[in-house]
Amino acid sequence: MDIKLQQVGYAYAKDSPFEKRALVDVNLHIPSGSFQAIIGHTGSGKSTLLQHLNALLKPTEGTVAIGDLMIQAGKKVKNLKPVRQKIGIVFQFPEHQLFDETVLKDIMFGPLNFGVPKEEAERRARLLIEQLGLPEEVLHKSPFDLSGGQMRRVAIAGVLAMEPSVLVLDEPTAGLDPRGRLEIMDLFRKLHVDKGLTTILVTHSMEDAARYADRVAIMHEGQCVLSGDPIDIFGNEEQLAEYRLAAPRVVRFQREFEALIGYPLPKLCLTEEQLAIEIGRVAQGERESK
Amino acid sequence: MMEKMIFGRYIPGDSFIHKLDPRSKLAFVFLFIAVVFLANNAVTYALLLAFTLVTVLFSRIRLYFLINGLKPILFLLVFTFLMHIFFTREGDLLFKWQFIEVYEEGLKQGIFISVRFLVLVFITSILTLTTSPISITDGLEILLNPFKRFKLPVHELALMMSISLRFIPTLMDETDKIMKAQMARGSDISTGSIKERIKAVVPLLIPLFVSAFKRAEDLAVAMEVRGYRGGEGRTRYRQLKWDWRDSTILLLLVVVTIVLWLLRS
Repeated sequence: MDIKLQQVGYAYAKDSPFEKRALVDVNLHIPSGSFQAIIGHTGSGKSTLLQHLNALLKPTEGTVAIGDLMIQAGKKVKNLKPVRQKIGIVFQFPEHQLFDETVLKDIMFGPLNFGVPKEEAERRARLLIEQLGLPEEVLHKSPFDLSGGQMRRVAIAGVLAMEPSVLVLDEPTAGLDPRGRLEIMDLFRKLHVDKGLTTILVTHSMEDAARYADRVAIMHEGQCVLSGDPIDIFGNEEQLAEYRLAAPRVVRFQREFEALIGYPLPKLCLTEEQLAIEIGRVAQGERESK
Repeated sequence: MMEKMIFGRYIPGDSFIHKLDPRSKLAFVFLFIAVVFLANNAVTYALLLAFTLVTVLFSRIRLYFLINGLKPILFLLVFTFLMHIFFTREGDLLFKWQFIEVYEEGLKQGIFISVRFLVLVFITSILTLTTSPISITDGLEILLNPFKRFKLPVHELALMMSISLRFIPTLMDETDKIMKAQMARGSDISTGSIKERIKAVVPLLIPLFVSAFKRAEDLAVAMEVRGYRGGEGRTRYRQLKWDWRDSTILLLLVVVTIVLWLLRS
């Protein structure tokens, strides 16, 4: 599903002494099927932007177009349910939304709300638990008896069970151990490819953005200041610094390496695997020239 | 929606009211609540309302904002007003339509009660809007100190109060967040039948309770780690100062009380 934001502005607590402008003139087009990363330092408006993607917040200026649905500032939109079903949001610390007696019921909560038959919802829950690498026994446990990492997975399953066509992820790996991070992010990538999802990853981990995204947008002080190809964005370190961001570790490593050997590598690598291949080539060249 | 709630919020400022000592403000509000009940005719209610509006003016908080903050309790206000209008059957009959009869006395009482309600809400809102929760509890603790002799755990009460005040906005934010998360999962509190709405509250309340208990535990641990052992022998970082302003407003309240006493019927 195509998502288009046009001159979107949002102010919290409009017309009160606490009024705070969170978004200013944001223009962003997220084509169907892309893996879009939205990065920015804390307080740059990322989370506010994300809530516009399924009409939890309505813009105070501009328009948000989600597929065929247009949400315009100041206009009421009826029946948001179809949009909410098609756009799944995994919020920051999603384990905070768990509430039901058993894991199974909690995962089924979303699909049942959207009118999916009970058997189908249960089938999805069982499948997801397996995909997320959790043992089947947890289905009948209380979600509050699980470990933090397990709770996170159950909460994510609860969103995936709605079978959304757009998946919005807000710092999905915050507070997880390194192994858990990798597993969950790899799962999201797999779903992205297998189900042809549009994935939007809001993060301040440059590493995740570089590794998984095919498009990157930078938020800074409520504005979308830059958007484009990850290679162009992460290659320009001065510009990143301007927005209080640093290049991903892989890029910084490559720069150090280039400084050491005295010439640049043929291309900018965004993953450790690519960089290893490039460095391997340099090493091979050295060996051959000796 | 939550952003509009003004209860328990504090707007920093340097107006006359902001600069008052919390003790005088607290004493003023408590006495004022009693004084409000002196009013019993049009003149005295008008006086109260005028006095309240002047206070609002002095606090430099926009009236519009206070009125906006009234919205959540508007229902209560309208309800009491209607109760008085329909159930008081004294004085002349003003209006009759089918079985609805409105009497003069009912209308009068309805207006009076609403004004009383409004005045009370405004004055107490101004107290919390212009005084930081910490100063309120500081003031309260000192005001209640004499009751220590009767084994009243004054310090603990003050602490409990400051903690609950402190966590109102936090819990509001949390409610907002969880509500959004559940809305994104297709739960909807704002539409549907009453039964459906009550059912939709459960997914909201349980996570909220869980996180509140977790927070309470974290806070208790953090306090203990920093050596908190109750109020015994604890000194104060913020010293309260009583000055001419404080004496002035209490004096003013005495004057208002006397005038009300004289004008009431």
